[in-house]
Amino acid sequence: MLNEIAFLLCAALTLAGAVAAMTLRNLAHCALCAAGAFAGLAAIYLQLDAEFAGFAQLLVYVGAIAILILFTVLLTRGAEIQPGGPAASTSRGMGLGVGALVTACLIGAIMASPGLRGHAPQTVHAPVKRIGEQLMNQYVMPLEAIGLLLTAALLGAVIIALREPPKEPPAP
Amino acid sequence: MNGAGIIQGMIETARNFAGSYHDPERLTTVQYPEEKLPPVENARTIPFLVYDGGDAMAGLRCTACTICEKECPPQCIYIIKDLAKKPDYVGKMQLQPKVFDIDMSVCMSCGICVEVCPFDAIKMDQVFELSTSDRFLGLLFHKEQLAKPNGYFSQLHKTEAAEIDARRHEDKRKAEASAAARAAAAKPLPPGGVK
Amino acid sequence: MRGLDQIFVWIGREVAGWAPAPAQPLVSAILIIAGIMAVFGTCFALTTIAERKILGRMQNRFGPNRVGPCGLFQPLADAVKMLTKEDIVPFSADKTLHFLAPLVMTTPIWLAFAVLPFGRNMSALDLDSGILFFFAIGSASELAVFMAGWSSQNKYSLVGAMRAIAQMISYEVPLVLSTVPVLMLAGSLSLNEIVAAQGTHTLGGLARWNVFTPWGLAGLLLFLIAATAESNRSPFDLPEGESEIIAGYLTEYSGFKYALFFLGEYLGLFAITGLAVTLFLGGWRAPFQWLEWVPSWLWFGGKFGVLIFLFIWVRATLPRLRLDQLLNFSWRFLAPLTLINLAVAAAWHWTGAWESAAAAPVRWVLCAALIALPAHWLGRALRGAVPPPRKYHYAE
Repeated sequence: MLNEIAFLLCAALTLAGAVAAMTLRNLAHCALCAAGAFAGLAAIYLQLDAEFAGFAQLLVYVGAIAILILFTVLLTRGAEIQPGGPAASTSRGMGLGVGALVTACLIGAIMASPGLRGHAPQTVHAPVKRIGEQLMNQYVMPLEAIGLLLTAALLGAVIIALREPPKEPPAP
Repeated sequence: MNGAGIIQGMIETARNFAGSYHDPERLTTVQYPEEKLPPVENARTIPFLVYDGGDAMAGLRCTACTICEKECPPQCIYIIKDLAKKPDYVGKMQLQPKVFDIDMSVCMSCGICVEVCPFDAIKMDQVFELSTSDRFLGLLFHKEQLAKPNGYFSQLHKTEAAEIDARRHEDKRKAEASAAARAAAAKPLPPGGVK
Repeated sequence: MRGLDQIFVWIGREVAGWAPAPAQPLVSAILIIAGIMAVFGTCFALTTIAERKILGRMQNRFGPNRVGPCGLFQPLADAVKMLTKEDIVPFSADKTLHFLAPLVMTTPIWLAFAVLPFGRNMSALDLDSGILFFFAIGSASELAVFMAGWSSQNKYSLVGAMRAIAQMISYEVPLVLSTVPVLMLAGSLSLNEIVAAQGTHTLGGLARWNVFTPWGLAGLLLFLIAATAESNRSPFDLPEGESEIIAGYLTEYSGFKYALFFLGEYLGLFAITGLAVTLFLGGWRAPFQWLEWVPSWLWFGGKFGVLIFLFIWVRATLPRLRLDQLLNFSWRFLAPLTLINLAVAAAWHWTGAWESAAAAPVRWVLCAALIALPAHWLGRALRGAVPPPRKYHYAE
């Protein structure tokens, strides 16, 4: 019973954060609400006894990715962009339609999955040691591939940042 | 080595820390107002009037010549002469000030009044604890507040006071000698006329 | 001396026993929380006055000594001042964020104290991934810095906040990486197990603290440097240097909100110091076996105090670093060194069989050289080549 209340609270926080991140006017507020949504997701992981996943989510998403988004918003003057457009335009209607379609597909897939039909599985006790062993033995290829991907991304970021901004032509 | 400067710095601050408990050189704070620094010889803050003898008003050296009033750059001195004359230290009759006010909030401690006074009557003091809660007249000093004895002046500037005292003593002796000579010369004529 | 060692655990259990059975876990948790808040709140007050007095003595002056004997009531005076100051919020400031920033700063840091083992059986939460929890919680305070700087609608605040965040994320890399050798060799992320792994003793009864190994010593130094930068303390206090940018992201905060930021900063320092003591200095363990009779929480407190004194000492000695010097130092010196430290820890582990009196110094010197030489070269590269001795030319 307490478990369900906890889950509902975490889910409500996540959903509220996500909805706010989509609808607020102020871009920095949106970024902070997105960070709140990440924190809610971390709470759901923790509620499922996935300690490592929950804390890693906090460390990476709230601690690094939210900051990244905020820096981007601030350095590219995104906060000054005014959201506009009439309330009932065709693009908005199309967006709603596509969103409803995607949600329907997702709900259909989840409802049709066999996992929902059987009894709830026992909680797997996953200490960090076991996660580490699995990563090093069974899943070492994906780990190395992700490492390679991250290195490539880092190098790309450094190269982009290194490039001199193009010289402005003199004003006529 | 890489961190050598940092280590040296930290040793110095550690020495400061340990030394501050027993070494007076490592803790140079003077905890005013419980402790005060010793006064410095030629420091000056505000002027004061010198008087000789016991009675402040009777012994004031000031003769209200108003030279200091005219020379004071911010014009903070205000003198009204008292026409009743009194004899000075050589016996000559001099004027005296009825009102001698200095506005200390205006005084800029330049010491020009001291330099121009011909009578060694006004000298620079070293007091600095002048705060008062009276915002209007608290810093307007009258001659009663300004008058301080010659003994105080010789405490502040021993050599200068000794020099001034010696000169005044010499002048007084010469004046007395010439007065005695004149008195002797003005003796009544012997009977029978002068030959 | 078991009794004195476990006295707090015993008190907690007794008081919780008075409560009715279903409420006992709750009462026990509340007692622990109240205890931690009381102890570290007092520690905060004492540290503010101790810092000012020690800084004063190191700068050839007294610290505050007017309020109370030796100035000991100064924190009370400061508290009264902070509480009675007018709470000014700028007119165009973002009111929600401006209000929330001090809360978001302080709350995660109180959480971080939950995993630190203060003594034998004296950690509030025995988490399997304690260190990960600690770092995850610590990274939430950077969001608070951004919120503070951005909501003030003040250019100086924003620049200060940007610089503060850049500094904090740059120094998180050496902070976390310098703890990885400890995790590697202890085999667990749980702080209680890390302290237990430092519990055996070598010859002479000297405890096997991590700091007595070359990688542990290097790791402690790197960790302490990164911790100083994470807490925005001198010499890394560019974000809030008073002579630099007024007060950086704290410019528009007054009164109690400023006090909360101040509190959050010092509590962050305490949490990181507690972590350093746990990871490198053997936690609540005594240095020698024959000193084990002293209560464990006293050992923790003592080591904690020594590290805080070290932080204050460094603050009194070193001038502030410029932003580019700061960032270069982190990325080009500390981060590579922490990675090399990992290799040194691995080398130490592989030579674990060299325990005899002849081989142990060789092992130590070898591993120490493995980290000292790259440190020297990296330092050289950072500083540039050493200039030749200056030649003076005098006019004839």
